[in-house]
Amino acid sequence: MKPVHRWMLGLAALSGLALVSGCASVAKVGAAGGQATGTLTPQQAESLVKSAEAVEKTFKDITPEQEYFIGRSVGATIISTYKVYDNDEATRYLNLLGQSVARFSDMPNTFKGYRYLILDTDEINAFAAPGGFIFISRGMIRLCRTEDDLAAVIAHEVGHVQLRHAVKAIKSSRLTSALTTLAVEGTKSFAGDQLAQLTSAFEGSITDITSTMMNSGYARGQEREADRAAIVILQRMGYRQEALVDVLGRMGKALQTDQRGFGSTHPPADSRIKELVPIIDDTRTPVPTAARKKRFDRLLQGI
Amino acid sequence: MKITHVVVAVWIGLTAVVAQAAPSMMSLQVQSSPLRATPSPLGRVVATIQYGDRVEVVGRQTGWMQVKSPAGQVGWVNESALTRNRIVLKAGAEDVSRTASGEELALAGKGFNSQVEADFKARNENIDFTWIDRMEAIVVSDPEVVVFLKEGGLQ
Repeated sequence: MKPVHRWMLGLAALSGLALVSGCASVAKVGAAGGQATGTLTPQQAESLVKSAEAVEKTFKDITPEQEYFIGRSVGATIISTYKVYDNDEATRYLNLLGQSVARFSDMPNTFKGYRYLILDTDEINAFAAPGGFIFISRGMIRLCRTEDDLAAVIAHEVGHVQLRHAVKAIKSSRLTSALTTLAVEGTKSFAGDQLAQLTSAFEGSITDITSTMMNSGYARGQEREADRAAIVILQRMGYRQEALVDVLGRMGKALQTDQRGFGSTHPPADSRIKELVPIIDDTRTPVPTAARKKRFDRLLQGI
Repeated sequence: MKITHVVVAVWIGLTAVVAQAAPSMMSLQVQSSPLRATPSPLGRVVATIQYGDRVEVVGRQTGWMQVKSPAGQVGWVNESALTRNRIVLKAGAEDVSRTASGEELALAGKGFNSQVEADFKARNENIDFTWIDRMEAIVVSDPEVVVFLKEGGLQ
């Protein structure tokens, strides 16, 4: 293969990595060779192609069962950073709503199902850990004026789960060695060295995901995919699809003054709204009942 | 020419026989799943299948597969819960040789599992799993979802 072709492949792989891993990983790949921005040696380009292939293979090889264990630890890490809003009634309502929303997604069953908690912070934020562990902040709930708004926020997070965005944020190097060992070994329990190696890969995966979710954010294309998935879910359930646009608009305004959380990890609301408007069709959406308004207002009172 | 025609005809015939003889088998890749009477999120539950169960695909509709369970019950499962891979709940030497021969296998309980989680916990004592365990206990049943949607005037 001529170097020029390697270059082109390298660039293609680079854009592929940007899609699957967010911009942080790409920055690290570039920095790893100590090269100035935009310059790649043919060797680097080739290794990029290989790692892009490895990403493709490894994330597909993660079973829902393994995703569940990754999700538990990602969730535990999030809860160790934020405080949980400990209110049984509010948590129950969020789970009634959230587990209903999940049933209408393209992935209604994760390994053990979707679960929701409220984070006790004013920060406007929401996280979806692999396997369906979803966290919504009090600040985010306060931004919602109706159950439809909150359903839209939840549906977006369910979209991230069904599209496996968090798992795609794991760097391929974490998994290649671990999965190779697993393919060869037939036993269920691991000996010292092997367990230590797996735990290191696991630990690294948790860091990749939490730093993507909390610091760098998903790629813009992934946010757009999750928005689209949310519109489909809202339409299937009979919630107002326009609610997602409403919430994004309010978020955009609120984040002009508060750059914590969502504001730093998500693309500007305007561009997301612009892409949503053409696919929204609320003409057959049923009118909300008084009971729907009442149960949501009850949640909001305490929040 | 004629011989070629015969060869092609026989080949097509054989392919058809093979396609008919090999039913499409899939495995459940989540802990458990209801088999539903209709391909819809809240369709009546006919039976429940378990992790690793091999099912025969007998029908398809966007996003859903109609399958026959090992016990012979027929119902619909969301396709995201199924995999073409064979899931082996207890891995042994025989399964490893099958991997070597090229058949796709997923070994249940392998890889990132409770053992790895325990080791992760030991390394990160500041990370607390109490709420994750509490979270898992919050189960919303189908009938509860039905009531929730009905009250809200949804669907």
